[in-house]
Amino acid sequence: MQKHQAKREKNMSKIKDDIIEKIIFLCGILSIVFVTLIFAFLLKEGISFFRESSFINFILGKFWYPSSTPPEFGILSLIVGSFIVTVGACAIAVPIGIMSAVYISEFAPKSIRDILKSLVELMAAVPSVVIGFVGMVTVAPLVRSLLDIPTGLTAFTGSLMLAFMAMPTIVTISEDAIRSVPWEYKEGALALGATKWQTIRRIVLKAAMPGIIGAIMLGIGRVIGETMAVMMITGNAAHIPSSIFEPVRTMTATIAAEMGETVKGGLHYRALFAIALVLFSITFLVNFIADMFLGKSKNK
Amino acid sequence: MIKLNPKSSQKIVSFLLLLATIIAIIPVVIIIFIIIKNGYSAISWEFLTALPKDGMRSGGIFPAIVGTLSIVFSAILITLPIGVCAAIYLNEYAKDNLLTRIIKLTIVNLAGIPSVVYGLFGFGIFVMFLGFGVSIIAGAFTLSIMELPVIITTARGALNSVPQSFREASLALGVSRWQTIRHIVLPNALPGILTGAILSIARISGETAPILFTAAAFYVPHLPQSPFDQVMALPYHLYIISTQIPNMPKNIIFGTALVLLIMVLSMSIVAIIARIYFRNRRKW
Repeated sequence: MQKHQAKREKNMSKIKDDIIEKIIFLCGILSIVFVTLIFAFLLKEGISFFRESSFINFILGKFWYPSSTPPEFGILSLIVGSFIVTVGACAIAVPIGIMSAVYISEFAPKSIRDILKSLVELMAAVPSVVIGFVGMVTVAPLVRSLLDIPTGLTAFTGSLMLAFMAMPTIVTISEDAIRSVPWEYKEGALALGATKWQTIRRIVLKAAMPGIIGAIMLGIGRVIGETMAVMMITGNAAHIPSSIFEPVRTMTATIAAEMGETVKGGLHYRALFAIALVLFSITFLVNFIADMFLGKSKNK
Repeated sequence: MIKLNPKSSQKIVSFLLLLATIIAIIPVVIIIFIIIKNGYSAISWEFLTALPKDGMRSGGIFPAIVGTLSIVFSAILITLPIGVCAAIYLNEYAKDNLLTRIIKLTIVNLAGIPSVVYGLFGFGIFVMFLGFGVSIIAGAFTLSIMELPVIITTARGALNSVPQSFREASLALGVSRWQTIRHIVLPNALPGILTGAILSIARISGETAPILFTAAAFYVPHLPQSPFDQVMALPYHLYIISTQIPNMPKNIIFGTALVLLIMVLSMSIVAIIARIYFRNRRKW
């Protein structure tokens, strides 16, 4: 009798285990569900926009006048705006980021390594709206008076602030890549009489390159998707600038600034979803490439 | 050009690298300094506990603090169990097959989607389609999906750091797989999981774009009564008062930024220190 009961309890606990494992599996595949759902949703609204306005005119159209009659929905100037800000931010963040990653992983005394890493990570914790605000009240006036231009809210100012926002991603992931280069590589070069710097430049950086490229791609992804800081600092002028010292408007800022004013289901509303679709595709691609490089660097 | 010998060029290089590291670190120090210097004068008991007055130009930011806390904690309550279960699946059950690779790829891409796109998606699904309206619950769901990849990744790291021998010892005693995870793996991974959760709370407390159209309101003169209420939120409030309201007293804006910064940074610092502490304390 007792044996019977024990057996039944065991069965019960097996059923319980099974149920829990099913739930765990469902949670596991939930991320697939979400990505598909987000993509499908953007696609649905985006496609209904492209039924009324051609895709080519949308991408290559120079004018974004959503509320004039007839409205014009050309996002070329927004794409150019996002592109300029991103390239500018990378030009600053990539060299400095990689150099600090090398310093933290190879030169910094062990005792301060954790402190340096934590300080770099701290920057990632500062909310983008705070960075936008500080940029607006301190950096923008500085840029304006130093360069003697009509407004400090420019693509350059945006790039500068975004560079610091991309820095933590680039530094921490590059540092991981550099540190995971096998010891034997370094020992081999050092044993042959190479100096520490020669070893780092010719051996370590080469071996860590896939990881570093992955880090840069993730940094780029972060910059393209950045919204609040960009909206507050870059001046939001939807035109194609002739230099980086002019205001620009990015795709993200356009969505954030205009969503509140649209009529649900209207053409303008759907145009913003179409921009989101373009953004989604770009970041999907960038992160896919980043993941490929990071996967490569892990397999080594 | 003078040809440097390798020894002195190494000295120069190490100096330049140190300089780059300082440039990478200094902005966060300056930003914190500027905000503390200009904002501390606004901080008072009234500022933290009173309603805004006079078109936000005086009074306090209490509803914004409560709003942010209610959105953020609802979001973490939704996302933490799901994320931990997903991490358990990936780390303990998943085989190296096509499905697992697709899951990992979607996690990477979920992490890369711009926050404003989440905002748009959340508006479309939770506010409009499911009819939650602009509310705490719509904002919390939006943020929880956004934070899912971060929770999964940190939880996976924590599970992964539990040595395989722990599992083998338990399984060898005839304990089932789930019981092994429940009683051996999870307790050992808990510090890492909680650290990740605190970092996530810090991160989403400062997010503005995802709640822009899903939860945040310009001004609500009372505290939220139900999850379906619109709320004021600290980051959105900072955005509004720094860009939309003319003649806003500077010290109130800086004070608001300071409160937000203290909330976010104190949690991040706790998490960072906890991580270093648990890493050093680990015996295996």
